[in-house]
Amino acid sequence: MSTLQALVDAVALGSIYALVAVGIGLVFGVLRLINFAYGELITAGAYTLWVLRSLPAVVAILACFAVVVSLSLLLERVAFRPLRKATPATMLIATFAVSYLLQSIYLLVFGSLGNSVSTLAGLQQAVDLGGLRIRWITIVSLACGSLLLIGTAILLGRTSIGLHMRAAATDFQTARVLGVRANRVIAFAFLVSGVLAAAVSVLFTVQNSLVTPDLGVPITIFALVGVVVGGLDRLWTATLGGFAIGFAYSLLGDKLSGEARVYLPSLVFGLVIVVLLLRPGGLFAGQPRSVERV
Amino acid sequence: MRRLEPLVQYLGPATLIVAVAVAGSLTSHAREIEFRNALVNVAIVVAIYVFVGNAGVISFGHVSFVAVGAFLSGLLTIEAQSKQFVLPGLFGFLRETTIGDLPALALAALAGGLYAFLVGLPLMRLSGLPAGIATLAVLGITYNVLRNWEKIGPGPLTLSLVPETTTIWRAAAGALAVAATALLYQRSRAGRQLRATREDAGAAQASGIDVYRQRLVAFTLSGALAGFAGALLVHLLGSITTDQVYLSLTFLTLAMLVIGGVSSLWGAVVGALLVSGANSFLVDAENTVHVGFDLTLPDGTSLVILGALMAAVLILRPSGLTGGREFSLPRGRAKGR
Repeated sequence: MSTLQALVDAVALGSIYALVAVGIGLVFGVLRLINFAYGELITAGAYTLWVLRSLPAVVAILACFAVVVSLSLLLERVAFRPLRKATPATMLIATFAVSYLLQSIYLLVFGSLGNSVSTLAGLQQAVDLGGLRIRWITIVSLACGSLLLIGTAILLGRTSIGLHMRAAATDFQTARVLGVRANRVIAFAFLVSGVLAAAVSVLFTVQNSLVTPDLGVPITIFALVGVVVGGLDRLWTATLGGFAIGFAYSLLGDKLSGEARVYLPSLVFGLVIVVLLLRPGGLFAGQPRSVERV
Repeated sequence: MRRLEPLVQYLGPATLIVAVAVAGSLTSHAREIEFRNALVNVAIVVAIYVFVGNAGVISFGHVSFVAVGAFLSGLLTIEAQSKQFVLPGLFGFLRETTIGDLPALALAALAGGLYAFLVGLPLMRLSGLPAGIATLAVLGITYNVLRNWEKIGPGPLTLSLVPETTTIWRAAAGALAVAATALLYQRSRAGRQLRATREDAGAAQASGIDVYRQRLVAFTLSGALAGFAGALLVHLLGSITTDQVYLSLTFLTLAMLVIGGVSSLWGAVVGALLVSGANSFLVDAENTVHVGFDLTLPDGTSLVILGALMAAVLILRPSGLTGGREFSLPRGRAKGR
């Protein structure tokens, strides 16, 4: 496997994690809420694809988007809206509880053994591009990732609801005083992050077809780690962080030899600790504030 | 009354712990293990509380110290002859040494404390979310290494043949000791300084409190207690895998702490006992329990109901069931914080 091929694969995994990072970062921006249950939205989408496996792929994918977006909005309304004034620790643990609840529902309904999703399995095939063998899914991941990221950027930068979201992310109280409708902006953030989660479920199940109840947990953890490493205060640094963690994971996994590969998570987590110690505000953020208020 | 305040604050948690132990000793042997498990959970949650509650900094890493205590104490108490066969890949001294269960508890506490100190040296410079993520990374590394390095443990296999020495009374004594340590610490000069940094780090620093140093002290103490609680856990179960001391235990114990009320010892104990009790009850109910009528839950629903209950409590009582206040007698004016 050539270095170039490894780089292409790394970019593809990085773009998937970048999407997860935007999904987490959007909600954090307006609510200051780290949504640990985000991965369970992705799992919900994957199970929808499995349930509708006998229908045409287009129908299954549309249903996947519908289910994930509805679940995202439902969670906001039922679980997170009552918690807006709670302490950060409580909010964090509450999203943990929601994640635990959803996982146990998946376990109850679908069992622990896992179900194989084959929607869009044709994308596993490779094309030959001047000596590089690239799977279609790599190309599709890259294309979807870039399109969705550009779409989100346009939404935030060029529309009035995007302006409201950015205002709310900068200073929620002031934005409300100036007429930004809090519930609408927050619901919209959950809607967009739901759309991104659904896209990730489709892309992810093509690469790893086995869907288990805890599918979303490692995705959330790695993306979250990436988001914090990149810098949570701004969406673009969070996105870059998510991309970096997927990129690093894929590239290091390619470079490590068989024996050492089992320690890949340790290596990535070790790098994360080093980055956090050197740049607590995030790898891509500006200078850290002089006084940190806890 | 003021002089009695620490005693009163200890009275509530201690009474609950003893009551659970007595109730456990009166039930059938099969059900007794649930009571012992609840008491070990109290020890783990209080250990986490010593850092998280007093410092106001979230830590996802404490189950690493539980894991270190559990695997060290488990490995060292298995008979040497069995280890030659079951775990031939271990380092020589781990393979050939066998110690009693009480020294093993002490050693587990020491190891947990040492590990926490080493981890805390760099990490306690962080606060807020970066601190949470860095401790999560520590948990990830601990799990990954324990699961793959067969010189220090069973790797992906189950560590079994561990002597089951955590009786109901020893579990209770362990929980009482951890709770007493926690109370003594939070009422000490160091504990009060740390609590001041929790309320306002900037102001505390301006009054001459070394935030880093106080956090490191609490992190080390809390790691030692967690290691001790891990040893209680392994000698309760008799066998353990790395998956049992990873994310789900981290989530459950943190949920217990927050459900009880994160900033008081009373909250930690109440949360641990209530969630453990609810969990045992729901699991039993899958095989029918009698509560005035026969209650039978469909298989697998206990987890769903527990998850929903925990989410509901957090949504309805965000500051925890105790509101983060210490135990006080009805008319006493003992101040919790």
